[in-house]
Amino acid sequence: MTLLRTMGLTARYGDFQALFGVDMALETGQTVAIIGANGAGKTTLMRSIAGVLRNAGDQVMFDGRAIGALPADEIMGLGIAMVPEGRKLFPSLSVEENLLIGAYGRRAVGHWRLETVYALFPILRERRMSPGTALSGGQQQMVAIGRALMSNPRVLLCDEISLGLAPVVIRDIYAAFPQIKAAGASVVLVEQDIGQAMKVADRVYCMMEGRVTLSGAPGDLSREAIHDAYFGKAA
Amino acid sequence: MNWIDTIAQGVLLGGLYALFAAGLSLVFGIMRLVNLAHGDLIVMGAYLILLVVSVTGINPFLAAAVAMPVMFGLGWALQRVVLNRVLGADILPPLLVTFGLSIVVQNVLLEGFTADSQRIGAGPLETASVDLGVVTLGVMPLLTFGSAVAVIMALNWVFYRTPLGRAFRATSDDPVTASLMGIKPQGIFAVATGLAMVVVTIAALYLGMRANFDPTIGPARLIYAFEAVIIGGLGSLWGTLAGGVIIGVAQTVGAAINPEWQILAGHVAFLVVLLLRPRGLFPRAFD
Amino acid sequence: MDRGQTYRVETRTKASTIAAVAGVIMLAVALALPAFAGRGVIQDLFFILTMLTLAQFWNLLAGYGGLVSVGQQAFVGLGGYAMFGAAILWGWDPVAALILSGVAALLVAVPTAFFAFRLAGAYFAIGTWVVAEVVRLSVAQWKAVGGGTGTSLPREASSDMWGQAGIEALFGVKSAAARDILAYWLALVLCVATIGGIYWLLRTKRGLALAAVRDNAEAARSVGVDAGAMKWVVFLVAAFGTGIAGGLIYLQKGRISPDAAFAVTDWTAYVIFIVVIGGIGTIEGPIIGVLVFFVLQNLLADYGSWYLMVLGLIGIAIMLFAPRGLWGLFSDRTGIQVFPIRRRLAGGKLDATKREG
Repeated sequence: MTLLRTMGLTARYGDFQALFGVDMALETGQTVAIIGANGAGKTTLMRSIAGVLRNAGDQVMFDGRAIGALPADEIMGLGIAMVPEGRKLFPSLSVEENLLIGAYGRRAVGHWRLETVYALFPILRERRMSPGTALSGGQQQMVAIGRALMSNPRVLLCDEISLGLAPVVIRDIYAAFPQIKAAGASVVLVEQDIGQAMKVADRVYCMMEGRVTLSGAPGDLSREAIHDAYFGKAA
Repeated sequence: MNWIDTIAQGVLLGGLYALFAAGLSLVFGIMRLVNLAHGDLIVMGAYLILLVVSVTGINPFLAAAVAMPVMFGLGWALQRVVLNRVLGADILPPLLVTFGLSIVVQNVLLEGFTADSQRIGAGPLETASVDLGVVTLGVMPLLTFGSAVAVIMALNWVFYRTPLGRAFRATSDDPVTASLMGIKPQGIFAVATGLAMVVVTIAALYLGMRANFDPTIGPARLIYAFEAVIIGGLGSLWGTLAGGVIIGVAQTVGAAINPEWQILAGHVAFLVVLLLRPRGLFPRAFD
Repeated sequence: MDRGQTYRVETRTKASTIAAVAGVIMLAVALALPAFAGRGVIQDLFFILTMLTLAQFWNLLAGYGGLVSVGQQAFVGLGGYAMFGAAILWGWDPVAALILSGVAALLVAVPTAFFAFRLAGAYFAIGTWVVAEVVRLSVAQWKAVGGGTGTSLPREASSDMWGQAGIEALFGVKSAAARDILAYWLALVLCVATIGGIYWLLRTKRGLALAAVRDNAEAARSVGVDAGAMKWVVFLVAAFGTGIAGGLIYLQKGRISPDAAFAVTDWTAYVIFIVVIGGIGTIEGPIIGVLVFFVLQNLLADYGSWYLMVLGLIGIAIMLFAPRGLWGLFSDRTGIQVFPIRRRLAGGKLDATKREG
């Protein structure tokens, strides 16, 4: 059964409509990538799934259950964890405390705990007592990912994890993904870096102005098709 | 003027002000809420303890222990039902709601207990003292100061060594991301206010044992509490203790020069510190 | 594109025009009132007018300026004491001394603003309160005007003010009643001038700048508004007006003490409730608020603490369920503005569509 699915998902910020009926599906064990220009609605989509934005109940289905109207803390408890855009580490907490708080709302047995997160990102163990925000961008991204993993989620939502990072750092972070997948998480990631997205995803959705303009397996999509879907066909 | 004695008394007085302020510091630090009813809630706590003592005859310390869960519940409910609704970027609604609450509490107490001065009797403790050679200190003020230190240590332990404390700090930083961690910000705020009311109960105990009280003295305690919190700096409980001590010492020194200047001296000290350090002595790095 | 078609900015509405006419009529009636109304009515109206003045200034500060002050009682007290001081120490006529009330408030407002503007939000509020307390405690040391227990206006001052003899002759009343009538007329002038002045201010570019600063100081600065200067202007104007009102209030009372003149309850708590219940951020709001407050006070006066309890509960309820106050509720439903300040674009093509539409 499809693990996570959105059906005709709509979302608005006040009078402004950001999503116009988005359909997306994530199978268990898969990685789905969402690509698109700024303002396409990718982050709105993530926030809707995560519960930061509330939508109509049946527009988001998780494991057969309607979760669209649930608040973020309950959705997290069900097993959907988000690595938010911009990292959003807690400045008042140390690196280790940031990791620990990732498990606050969900007592789930699984591969991920402090030890194994430190094994995934060894540099964090050295800096564990530093304030969360005292680290470099790449290290903060590792903390944010580790924090989300601590709840042993079934679905991991990653919003623009490569934003503002140097290519070599991005590579290091994506190098951790095979282990993340092996431990049982299905992943939805929003990526500005199309090449990176195509490398890791089983399925790609392209969005523009609140709508899905293209979807398919990376191997099946031509460069021209992606270009048109990303930027829109010339008038 | 005996300097050592004056300053020692001022430091111990500072302990009382720090107790007034600790609950306020907790709530202000976590949710930026200015509770103008805080002083009146301390007075209410004193009346509650008095009630327990007169009904059951147990000693004040035990009565305070009995009052604590009640006060926790009241604070929790207050936050859940009323204050959570007015939290937000605008500071005016919480200010006005708690202002209204202050008036309501004062007048409920007036109706219930009349304007007569009351005191929580503490027997021999009221006059007992300890002779340290260079200075003689009252047992009550020593206990008060000791309690302030103990309360601050306990609160810091909660803040920095428990999951609840992590949740407090995270929610204070960023409520939206905190909800992504499974934290319910509204629930956390309610627990925080409940906890603050437990501290208020301890402050109420010493307020009531130390001197007479009546329903109208709340606002004055509120000012001292706020001054201590603001001098200390947002988010620092030890800073709140320092703030209390500064005000206490300023007051006793002022009083030693001229008894009519006691309260004025405290306020002037507050203004001077703020002039030099608008964010207090030990503010958090960010805000 | 149409050239030669001019656009203009309008604020007048049909409701406001009607209200303006009604207002002039009410003013004429109010001026003539002492001829046929009893002393009690005059005193009640004096109370309403002075509280309304205080409320309009607090509303200017907080509702329009975004400066929530819990220390305006400092200026009420200073105004009262400046007037008493001039009358007792220098033999000034109390009416003439009212100008000193404003000046004294202004002189203290300057250092207060210098200090308080370093603080933000809640810190600012508490800071103003502490300043008020410092002023109260300092004034209580001033033995020449009665120190901690206060004093009364000397006979010569309270029975022989400017215009008092004329009023006694005109209406055939004794000096105490004449003082009430004199105070009432002065309050009328002060109140009308205050409301008129604030309305005028809000209709000028300054007023627009003020609203911008209140809503978003950063954005306002980015379009060139001098947020700092606006805050100073508003704070000083409010202090000056509050000071004069304070002087007038104690001119009518004839007796002053630090605890009364600097009372947080009377001069801040009640004022805040009036503004909040009526509707903060509007000129109409405080007018509604003071009427509600007055009615409540009369209805519940005998019930002491219950009256205050009801006031507190109403204030809490309004903030929870109707944050824009009674006038806000009414105005939202009907769209009526008696003192309209919203600017609308008119003229040119807009007039054309209106004619067609």
